[in-house]
Amino acid sequence: MPEIAELKEIAGKIRIDVIRMLAEAGSGHPGGSLSAADLVTALLFAVMRHNPKRHDWPHRDRFILSKGHAIPVWYAALAEAGYFPREDLLTLRKTGSPLQGHPDRNRMPCLEACTGSLGQGLSVALGMALASKMGGSPFRVYCLMGDGETQEGQVWEAAMASPKFKADTLCAILDYNKAQIDGYVKDVMPLEPIKDKWVSFGWHVIPINGHDFEQILGALKEAAETKNQPTLILADTVKGKGVSFMENVVDWHGKAPNAEEAAKALAELGAN
Amino acid sequence: MAKASRLAFGETLAELGEKDEKIVVLDADLSKSTMSILFAKKFPDRFFECGIAESNMVGIAAGLALAGKKPFACSFACFLTGRYETIRMSVAYSNAPVRIVGTHAGIGIGEDGNSQMGLEDLALMRALPGMIVLQPCDELETKQAVTFMAEHNGYSYIRLTRQKLPDINSPDYRFQVGKGVVLADGKDLTIMATGSTVAEALEAGKVLQEKGIRARVVNIHTIKPIDKDLVARCAKETGRIFTVEDHNIMGGMGSAVAEAVCETHPVPVRRWGLLDKFGESGDPEELYAKYELDAAGIARQAAAFVQEK
Ligand SMILES: Cc1ncc(C[n+]2csc(CCOP(=O)(O)OP(=O)(O)O)c2C)c(N)n1
Ligand SMILES: [Mg+2]
Repeated sequence: MPEIAELKEIAGKIRIDVIRMLAEAGSGHPGGSLSAADLVTALLFAVMRHNPKRHDWPHRDRFILSKGHAIPVWYAALAEAGYFPREDLLTLRKTGSPLQGHPDRNRMPCLEACTGSLGQGLSVALGMALASKMGGSPFRVYCLMGDGETQEGQVWEAAMASPKFKADTLCAILDYNKAQIDGYVKDVMPLEPIKDKWVSFGWHVIPINGHDFEQILGALKEAAETKNQPTLILADTVKGKGVSFMENVVDWHGKAPNAEEAAKALAELGAN
Repeated sequence: MAKASRLAFGETLAELGEKDEKIVVLDADLSKSTMSILFAKKFPDRFFECGIAESNMVGIAAGLALAGKKPFACSFACFLTGRYETIRMSVAYSNAPVRIVGTHAGIGIGEDGNSQMGLEDLALMRALPGMIVLQPCDELETKQAVTFMAEHNGYSYIRLTRQKLPDINSPDYRFQVGKGVVLADGKDLTIMATGSTVAEALEAGKVLQEKGIRARVVNIHTIKPIDKDLVARCAKETGRIFTVEDHNIMGGMGSAVAEAVCETHPVPVRRWGLLDKFGESGDPEELYAKYELDAAGIARQAAAFVQEK
């Protein structure tokens, strides 16, 4: 397993790639990509069992990006892991590119599901987790959701069903960055007390700082050890994390940085 | 001038709100994109931010309507029709006069790609008994269509674009629900367009003219009820009908026209649009060229259709 210093370095590279991709594309979602960079890095580079040379390996762990708009961060991670050449990242959102604006597993088969309509990923992840428990292939399933996303009713249907089916190979991760599009989550549609809600639905809930690798890795390990119950990692994060002028600014949810803003962001991220 | 029909909608709604206190507006975390924010800023007490929960929003709108308000429920077309059964039951079957506003129609939204594109919404909404289905082609028509929805005491659906649409209609234009508009005359075929494809079809008509093909161009702003009389007249007088829309050809405006042609005056019909496909990411103009929804593509396809025996 890589050292935490190494993971930090990878997450840094991924953040840089996210900014470069969005600046080149001229559109996309920086806020929720940057808030999830550390979570995604820990998953792909320290926890998940997967093989970049064989994306269809049946025993691979699954990752569902339910908040599909944050796909640039996953593309950057996949490229870093060797799923496809780094240069391809700059084709994001261009006509004909497999790097669609939201995940499309028809055009990029290493993606586990098509997402981009919020609220559906946890149900699909639960289905995969149920399959993994039916024997033969004991893989784990990770599902990353946005906090705003959990306003969708279907999320709570899946939240209710997962404990019923004792889906302990399922680990949901909530990117609790406190912002969505029309404003801050607390103003748009309050979710608190989030932890209590998930606990009362029957989940094992682990609140962490979603930018602290020690805590992220600890929680993922605890999730794997938790039996007869699904786990929700409630990851306290900062939307736009790593770029000072994007941090906690609602407007950076869904717009690309212009050349000047990208240069400033890249400098802050230590790109050379 | 060119303006996105979603923006023309937001501006009109904010104006209508002054005259009619019964108008209330709901959105699901997309008010800055649907442009319902223009109403929300002006009338915060009559705006309901429902969060990312479209099904609940549609249900709340139905309740407001049944209690005497005039609700406009807004989101992207794909997310609204994603809550189809709620619309079927709580709105249509319950006869709740909810005005449903679906923006981000078609591949014209560009880079965000298929998951955000309304490409089946016309087909779905058209299938609901009593649902009025509208798709305006420019700013003026949008204003008048939205005003109609506010005044009409029934449920309705309007499909709006993210991208700008050029002005088509003259200032004295009067929108009449259920009545198609002949924009250019011709006798070799009729091209029927709706929303974003109207301007492209008009341009295509000019390209065809140069090739000696005289196309009648018709704006079908009301997909339901479809203008059967006009469709029958065009079938009789031009002998061929080519329909074009930024929507799946399954069940959309072209299907409505084809049904009317079959039942009145059968002639060859060619439906053009997304050929039973999902959308994809890309520059909007590049996508219109790729899927031949731009003037050049429409002219090419219409010419080929005319030349078929
Ligand atoms: C069903 C559905 N409704 C609306 C949208 C439009 N939309 C895209 S991102 C977003 C906000 C998401 O906020 P959150 O889940 O908190 O994501 P994050 O902050 O991590 O970016 C919305 C409303 C959507 N993609 N799907
Ligand atoms: Mg959020």
